[in-house]
Amino acid sequence: MNLLSKPWIWSWSAAALTFVLTIGLTSGRGAGELAYAALSFGAFAAIVGLGQMLVITLGPGNVDLSIPATMTLAATLALKAMASMPGTALLGLMIALAVGLGAGLANYALIFLLRLPPIIATLAASLIYQSLAIWSNRGLRIKPPQELAEFATGRFLSIPNVAWVGLALAVVVWIVLERSVWGRWLLATGQNMRAARLAGVPIEFVRATTYLSVSVFAGLAGYLLASFSGGAALNMGAEYLLMSIAVVVIGGSSIAGGNSNVPGVWGASLFMFLVISMLNSYGAAAGAKNVLTGTIVIAIVIAASTRKGRI
Amino acid sequence: MTEYESAPIVTLTGVKKHFGPVRALDGVSLSIARGDCIGLVGHNGAGKSTLVNLINGGLQASEGDIAFDLGDTAMQAGVRSVFQELSLCPNLTMAENLRISHNALKGIHWRRQARREIRASLDEVFPNHGIDADTEVDTLSIAERQMVEIAIAFAPRGTSARLVILDEPTSALDAGIASQLIAHVKRFCAAGGAVVFISHMLGEIFEVANRVTVLKDGHIVAEHPTEDFTRQALVDAMGHVAADDPETAIVAHALGAEVVRTPQGLAARAGEIVGLSGLAGHGQAAALAQLFLSRSSAWRSGTSPDVVFVAGDRQRDGVLPLWSILQNISISVLRQGAKLGLVDTASEARVAADWKARIGIRTDDVQNPILSLSGGNQQKVLFARALASPAPIVVMDDPMRGVDIGTKQDVYAMLRAEAARGRTFLWYSTETEEACQCDRVFVFRNGAISAELTGADITEEKILEASFQMQTAS
Repeated sequence: MNLLSKPWIWSWSAAALTFVLTIGLTSGRGAGELAYAALSFGAFAAIVGLGQMLVITLGPGNVDLSIPATMTLAATLALKAMASMPGTALLGLMIALAVGLGAGLANYALIFLLRLPPIIATLAASLIYQSLAIWSNRGLRIKPPQELAEFATGRFLSIPNVAWVGLALAVVVWIVLERSVWGRWLLATGQNMRAARLAGVPIEFVRATTYLSVSVFAGLAGYLLASFSGGAALNMGAEYLLMSIAVVVIGGSSIAGGNSNVPGVWGASLFMFLVISMLNSYGAAAGAKNVLTGTIVIAIVIAASTRKGRI
Repeated sequence: MTEYESAPIVTLTGVKKHFGPVRALDGVSLSIARGDCIGLVGHNGAGKSTLVNLINGGLQASEGDIAFDLGDTAMQAGVRSVFQELSLCPNLTMAENLRISHNALKGIHWRRQARREIRASLDEVFPNHGIDADTEVDTLSIAERQMVEIAIAFAPRGTSARLVILDEPTSALDAGIASQLIAHVKRFCAAGGAVVFISHMLGEIFEVANRVTVLKDGHIVAEHPTEDFTRQALVDAMGHVAADDPETAIVAHALGAEVVRTPQGLAARAGEIVGLSGLAGHGQAAALAQLFLSRSSAWRSGTSPDVVFVAGDRQRDGVLPLWSILQNISISVLRQGAKLGLVDTASEARVAADWKARIGIRTDDVQNPILSLSGGNQQKVLFARALASPAPIVVMDDPMRGVDIGTKQDVYAMLRAEAARGRTFLWYSTETEEACQCDRVFVFRNGAISAELTGADITEEKILEASFQMQTAS
């Protein structure tokens, strides 16, 4: 197998190049800090990106737009339950995951029972989740328990703890996709849902579990992000809407479905953080950053589709 | 007459086409003149579709020369093709599909003119077709789509058709429609047109062609006027073992209890091969799909499924295009041998290697992509997928499209052996000949069962009679 034919190599090369360019600006100072920050912030994008990747693999029209709202709601309810008290970290995690599970069930119920297109169903549902978060939060900013905040900002073997969580999750998703029966079913469903059903694949089971997974991942990401940044905020998930889709596309997964790429999601998550910090170092305005992010995603989609056209 | 016999429409000299290491065509010389009707035969993967794509300009030859008498391109020379994999746009109407290849249709009234032209062409090739020019293609049955595609190929489209290449045109058509097509091909050639007719049905080749070209492994191994061939000589030239008379091969065996009974009246017993017949598009495919969906779940998948499906419409219902041959075969048997939800890759590879040998999939390596196979070989993969599973009921929706005669004989034998072991087959076929191999035949008309034939009653005449009854009565 040629290394260049692996789609994830591109996102990792891009991340490495951006890293070098940014370090070049400071003539080598702060390389360790930049790598550490990239791993910390990249972990959140990677966790939601892995979930979004599973959904996008289901085929055209499948996407979860409720990720930001699910993150916010999970974080808000978890922190409220923990109420900054020591020894409640596990309780908070359970609540965050349960919120994710509930959001996933609600999303899939809308898609399956009301036959809504996923893009509409998850967007509409996200308004409800966001409203619930506002209603339960009431403007309070509750701090995470001390030991949880220490875990979320801490490191192990000089790698951030949140990055370990993101890596472990990536390994699990990779094994599931590459080796498990469920992974094969998901990839078959994404290529041709009708053919998969006629080959005996339980496609509704696959769709349901996929929409549950993405929401649980979003719940986990919300819980970690709130613990990392010292509390839940109502706009904390906002940037992860485009980010979750961008890292899937840049990571080399097919937006037409049926083909996914776990290492690419991590490479793309690092790349996205590094691009933004590079623009910050060059003193670019917030608007310019958004324009550039959009441009990169569009360019990658065009490049990916022309590459396939030539084969 | 002499003038156009001297100048061939297209001349191929020493044409080669390689796809990487695969030599699809290895030095083919052929010339096609006006009035010719060439029957092109060969096993699956012999290079027939590649040859078609070289003549119509879809592929560039790796070596050799392709020359036309009029202009430089196939389009200027009036070369038209009807492909084995249908190529209409499903979301457009028939008339709009005609426009895609008909640049002369312009102005605000182009739709009206397109309707008129497609209607005229359909009426000419398939009298009494009953298809409306404003129908969207995705609402048509596969047989109707094939008819539309053929009509578009013969339509005037600004310039007239001079050489029409038909790649397995009758595989989705029933006998009545196929004979209309054959009659039209004969008229077209008598009027100075040329046709290349590719088919695995040798009866048609003998009926329509005045010259037969046999391809084998990328070479032309025989090319003679049709009358110089016997059926046996043709089969031998393609390199198959002699095809037995299928009817003598039916072995009577005891049937078990009834395992299928649908509200529509479709029934089958354990170990029985049940045929669904009648004119194409009269509800057979829908009845089978409904049977499959009602006996399997979209929520659960046990280790031993009750029923498996062999698709005939490969692109829509069967092939998983991004995957290898191996993954396409194993998808229905993944639960077997899976531990902790993980695929047992060793047994998966064993199953794929076993079926590659048993059904003769022409590939070096089952890790190759499924799309590297020719249409007939993809069909073999779909057979392997279903037969590898232990499911007691096998539903087959016209599964022999594009499969060569040698493989058909092998598959018939395999079906009989599996049936003798107690498996039940429900088999929809557009070939009446295949229906005659079944233990029991249900004839469909207008979405309902019009006749149930058993034993000696299963004859071509009785099936046709039951297919048409309504029309003769009214």
